[in-house]
Amino acid sequence: MIPEIGHYALVLALGLALIQATVPLYGSIRRDASLMQLASSTAVMQFIFVAGSFAALTACYVTSDFSVANVFENSHSMMPLIYKFTSVWGNHEGSMLLWVLILALFGASVAVFGNNLPVTLKANVLAVQGWIACSFYFFILLTSNPFLRLAQPPLEGRDLNPILQDPGLAIHPPLLYLGYVGFSIAFSFAIAALIEGRIDAAWARWVRPWTLAAWMFLTVGIAMGSYWAYYELGWGGFWFWDPVENASLMPWLAGTALLHSAVVMEKRNALKVWTILLAILAFSLSLIGTFLVRSGVLTSVHSFAEDPRRGVFILGILVLFIGGGLSLFAWRAPLLRQGGLFAPVSREGALVFNNLFLTTACLTVFVGTLYPLALEALNGEKISVGAPFFNLTFAPLFIPLMIAMPFGGLLAWKRGNLLGVAQRLMVAFAAGIVAIAITFAAAGVEHVLAPFGIGLAFFVIVGALIDLAERIALFRAPLATSWSRALGLPRSAWGTAIAHAGVALTLIGITCASTWGTERIVALKEGQTVTLSGYALTFDGMVQRAGPNFRVLAGKFTLRQGGEVVGIMEPSKRTFGARGMTTTEAALLSQGASQLYLSLGDVNGDGSAAIRFYYKPLVLLIWLGAVVMAFGGALSLSDRRLRVGAPKPAAKPALQPAE
Amino acid sequence: MRRLLIVALVSSLLLPGAALAVKPDEILKDPALEARARVLSQELRCMVCQNQSIDDSDAPLARDLRLLVRERLEKGDSDKQVLDFLVARYGNFVLLKPPVEPSTLLLWGLSPLVLIIGIGALVVMARRRRSLALESEGLSAEERRRLDGLVHPDSQG
Repeated sequence: MIPEIGHYALVLALGLALIQATVPLYGSIRRDASLMQLASSTAVMQFIFVAGSFAALTACYVTSDFSVANVFENSHSMMPLIYKFTSVWGNHEGSMLLWVLILALFGASVAVFGNNLPVTLKANVLAVQGWIACSFYFFILLTSNPFLRLAQPPLEGRDLNPILQDPGLAIHPPLLYLGYVGFSIAFSFAIAALIEGRIDAAWARWVRPWTLAAWMFLTVGIAMGSYWAYYELGWGGFWFWDPVENASLMPWLAGTALLHSAVVMEKRNALKVWTILLAILAFSLSLIGTFLVRSGVLTSVHSFAEDPRRGVFILGILVLFIGGGLSLFAWRAPLLRQGGLFAPVSREGALVFNNLFLTTACLTVFVGTLYPLALEALNGEKISVGAPFFNLTFAPLFIPLMIAMPFGGLLAWKRGNLLGVAQRLMVAFAAGIVAIAITFAAAGVEHVLAPFGIGLAFFVIVGALIDLAERIALFRAPLATSWSRALGLPRSAWGTAIAHAGVALTLIGITCASTWGTERIVALKEGQTVTLSGYALTFDGMVQRAGPNFRVLAGKFTLRQGGEVVGIMEPSKRTFGARGMTTTEAALLSQGASQLYLSLGDVNGDGSAAIRFYYKPLVLLIWLGAVVMAFGGALSLSDRRLRVGAPKPAAKPALQPAE
Repeated sequence: MRRLLIVALVSSLLLPGAALAVKPDEILKDPALEARARVLSQELRCMVCQNQSIDDSDAPLARDLRLLVRERLEKGDSDKQVLDFLVARYGNFVLLKPPVEPSTLLLWGLSPLVLIIGIGALVVMARRRRSLALESEGLSAEERRRLDGLVHPDSQG
């Protein structure tokens, strides 16, 4: 009964989405307020029904109802409860249901929190959300129904893919989807603005919090996925340039560009057309990401062609929204009047520079990800585009971006003084150079580029501090004045500085872990010791245990530094009976921001165990940096100006002298 | 005896299971050669995997390729010779960084091209804006007279 209720709720949600997609739009043309207001109530109701549908599927999983095909294929009665919850979205059908749930959540939030929006804009935004929702409801109901029943229910399920039986799965996909789908709001706002043919600085102020929220979730989601891959896949890499990862990186890059261009639009009423385009692109890339991951096209063009039903459907959605969005853009964008002139050297100019490099970086990832697919489809030629390509092409685009970062915040709007800013950044330059010198002194000249990475990171961090110090007139005014200025500083200013420092932290982590990381691959017999970067690791023997739905084979190792025991490491392998699969569980031991990483390999006939033992200096900074970035975003999001939302033209104070 | 039993149990249990990518028995005696082998391995794709280098992959094919790379290196091949050998055998598919060829021209060239065009477009726009700004800065005689009238109402008399 419960699956049928869930199915029915989904159909009703589709019905509501159809109303939401059409009636408010008609109302906005007819200027009929009551028709337009229907948008809010349908958006909220739609969310309630999808949530009901999602709850129904969750109930099927928690009760291990194997008469539902989806539960049978992805669950097991012995699985721990948390994985029964998370396996709801650990499969294609369920993850699409999560996708629409989050879409409806965002729509309902606009309906509830968007009271300060103009009535027509709100109606149109929600109508566009309705279109997106409709297409995905159709997709689920027609090609990926999670509620299909089996005629003869089996007694036991096939278990969830063991790699997914991890707390990472509980957090990673929902965060990622909150990011992906969050950009749909920016998209809907852009389309609504194009439909109305009117856009102003207020538009940017309404869009920015949604974009910021989506960006935060995506940032943490990507970092979480990266950390998960790092500890689960067993070889200690944190970024593989895998198409699935690239699919999440592309919307992030476009979304980051959008955040920055929206600032220009909000503050200076410039870059309108470009901001609209970025809003369309960010969500388009989210859709492309969904297509790449969900259609099976990644495995190979051929496997896609074998069962093209789903892929073609999502491709259709893709063409409809990206093609439609861009066509509408081409048609209506010329209506939007450009405002706010600015000189090339100015805050605006710096943000344009940021946008140029971010979009080019995004394009690089896009081309690298899709080129092999396109080439194979075109003439059957098979090439591989992997990490060496991306490292070579992506990094050079990020270096100028980071060099420009401290300049951007210090340049004045409209017309800046590059030399003056450079002078104010003297301390940051000095910090960078000192950092380079120290790194060379400490690590030698074996790796020539890495110290410059560290120097760049310190330049950015100190630059962010200088930005704050300048704003509160630190050391130029009495401390009390600076203090009160610091308290009065908009939270978005703090957010910017913190987020930029977060990027630098990530850079330090990537540079250190990939340059000065060490590793040993050896076979150890019981009692034998291996040393690495000042640590000694002793193999104490193997142990076996039984988990809830798997067997564990673990190696016990003692880690010592200078004779003192630092900790016990227990890398293990889990064998899942239901699927006959084995996963490796690496043992991690953090020392400050650095980590020791131990992964267990084969156990040989002579009783020795093969191990892969890494020392990863400052590796935790990679993800800490992402968390700091997201924290900066959250601070910025809590800025009063954004919470209050609608910009009321402030009573103009007495005329100020022009700067 | 008991330990032996455990080991036997364990190895049978692990037969289909995941192993480490690079295994201890593959590692070359000469650390310099081994280092080169590792760098090369990261450039080579395990052809039966999804986007994994042979350095990362557990697949038997990846192991074969790793051993092959090391064998060639021990025979005195240069890095380039090793790669050429593998490309001759498996085609460009084996390289994770495709060579610049007519068919990969867009792959390598598109981003730099867009960057250059973007910078060019910005320069052109900045120039146009400057001339626009100059135009708008200039006031006509009539406007200047009215402005003076507004700013210095007394001097007009």
